Amino acid sequence: MTMIEAIRDAHDVAMAADDRVVVFGEDVGFFGGVFRCTAGLQEKYGKSRCFDAPINESGIVGTAIGMAAYGLKPVIEIQFADYVYPAYDQIASEAARLRHRSNGDFTCPLVIRMPTGGGIFGGQTHSQSPEALFTHVSGLKVVLPSNPIDAKGLLLSAVADPDPVIFLEPKRLYNGPFDGHHDKPLTSWKNHPLGDVPDGDNAIPLGKATITRDGADVTVLAYGTMVYVAEAAAEETGVDAEIIDLRSLLPLDLDAISASVRKTGRCVIVHEATRTSGFGAELMSLVQETCFYHLEAPVIRVTGWDTPYPHAQEWEYFPGPARVGEALKKVMED
Amino acid sequence: MAARKSAKKPNTSKEELLGYYREMLLIRRFEEKAGQLYGMGLIGGFCHLYIGQEAVVVGLEAAAKEGDKRLTSYRDHGHMLACGMDPKGVMAELTGRSGGLSKGKGGSMHMFSKEAHFYGGHGIVGAQVPIGTGLAFADKYKENGGVTFTYFGDGAANQGQVYESFNMAALWQLPVIYVIENNQYAMGTAVKRASSMPDMFKRGESFSIPGEAVDGMDVLAVKEAGQKAADHCRAGKGPYILEMKTYRYRGHSMSDPAKYRTREEVQKMREDHDAIESVRALLLNGKHATEDDLKAIDKEIKAIVNDSAEFAKESPLPAVEELWTDIYA
Ligand SMILES: Cc1ncc(C[n+]2csc(CCOP(=O)(O)OP(=O)(O)O)c2C)c(N)n1
Ligand SMILES: [Mg+2]
Repeated sequence: MTMIEAIRDAHDVAMAADDRVVVFGEDVGFFGGVFRCTAGLQEKYGKSRCFDAPINESGIVGTAIGMAAYGLKPVIEIQFADYVYPAYDQIASEAARLRHRSNGDFTCPLVIRMPTGGGIFGGQTHSQSPEALFTHVSGLKVVLPSNPIDAKGLLLSAVADPDPVIFLEPKRLYNGPFDGHHDKPLTSWKNHPLGDVPDGDNAIPLGKATITRDGADVTVLAYGTMVYVAEAAAEETGVDAEIIDLRSLLPLDLDAISASVRKTGRCVIVHEATRTSGFGAELMSLVQETCFYHLEAPVIRVTGWDTPYPHAQEWEYFPGPARVGEALKKVMED
Repeated sequence: MAARKSAKKPNTSKEELLGYYREMLLIRRFEEKAGQLYGMGLIGGFCHLYIGQEAVVVGLEAAAKEGDKRLTSYRDHGHMLACGMDPKGVMAELTGRSGGLSKGKGGSMHMFSKEAHFYGGHGIVGAQVPIGTGLAFADKYKENGGVTFTYFGDGAANQGQVYESFNMAALWQLPVIYVIENNQYAMGTAVKRASSMPDMFKRGESFSIPGEAVDGMDVLAVKEAGQKAADHCRAGKGPYILEMKTYRYRGHSMSDPAKYRTREEVQKMREDHDAIESVRALLLNGKHATEDDLKAIDKEIKAIVNDSAEFAKESPLPAVEELWTDIYA
């Protein structure tokens, strides 16, 4: 199953189990979503449970908050993460704080899905990775799966969660894993073990990282597309890296991170998003706070540059296996 | 209210008609070429063609004066060609080359020109509407008689910031023409699925902004309406809304197979309403031009478009350092 099919399957399972779940967004109903993540849901569950919204990011999120406050469980799609900014006020000022300021009288069990990240030649308005804008807001959870099994399992947990969850889907991974070698033939999830998505409700709890490669020499913290880039970099450099796929940024599996860094004594952090105030900065602080006496080298970040996401120079911007590989070698020399 | 149509026997000069023909054809052929280059892998990512809607921008440009400003969405190639920007620079931006209007930084959706007073292609739906309103504020402040043509789609017309703009423009009596290019679809969503009130020209009523529906496939009607709206703005009477009833023949972008509408629907628009064919008929029937005259124009346009494609293929890729330029002063 592709990641798209896995996401659709998660919707299907959640909608079948609970008629409070409603699904909407731009082109989501009749058309089934621009990436087809909601295809077939309108036919199956009807127009009152899966429907189109006008191009109104702020309105979509705001109405979903109202629905959630009065007992529904909206699962909404923002067509690309780059379009979320008009809705940011509703997310940061309303969704995230409703529970706190109403002393728990009202809550916001809402899932906001959005495709994130680059690698698809989308330029500055279709490639951004805005996760840090959400991890910076207390009251939100932020989840970012890297494969079909996790996408389904984590989405089911997000829907079941009593609080608002930002669910970021690396669009470059929708149809297959991608290790940053853009000139190689595409690979698909078909026949990939992580594409073998179990039927039914196989929820995966939020806040649990997974180790995708065991290693002794350096811990790599990654999420989304960068998991595969890191794996390629480890193979290509021969550095025995332990790669951790964080899967959820908030809540964060700090235990898994510090256990690994304490073991290896070295850490490289990778993300596609721009560097300054990126989520890597938070990870670096936490590693320093919890593992300082075990570190044998300064922690290194490999990230997108502090520039708008380019149109023409995508592969100069994208932190591919060569750049991650250099960091692996450097952290071993330090 | 029925959409404005041009008078049956337009007293339009031969030169004017030939000008419309040439400009609309340039856009169409340019877009067809862009589609081909996309198919060949020379253009990547997002690319939204303007084919079918040519009369809107060509008619309105005919109503614009030197110094007037314009800005639009990501479906911007036609607007740039119509306001006189170099086809080579546009095509080379599509291919992401250093000779592109944004030196490969912007791509199809993000180009600008100071000389042509073109304030962009904008990738975010609706974002250009308040910006166009602000440009109009600056015109009024400087008392220079300028007008800003702020184009957006039927889908964009639902964005909240459009109504914030309407209110400010009416409140401050700004010389801005809001051009709603109603091509009946926002991506895969038909107008009726997203708009409670599909008559877009009425959307300014509660702000007392006059609005008018126009047959956007009729370049003469567009010109006439544009003239009226521009006169209104220049007379200091504030904003004006033009709803252009138009149609895009191709998918939303190059990656859209357009399964949400029938082939017949598209075919019917092309056959019955094509703007270029209509002007062609006016030219031939009015004996303003012969088949051979028009063939000569076709040839001339073809050469311009081919040159732009050659340029866009030959122009070198931008230097890596360009990534870090123009971020701060
Ligand atoms: C804020 C925002 N939301 C969604 C999108 C995705 N999107 C791009 S174009 C489009 C449809 C816009 O339709 P319309 O305004 O009618 O313009 P047209 O494409 O028909 O010219 C959508 C939903 C976007 N670019 N920006
Ligand atoms: Mg439209």
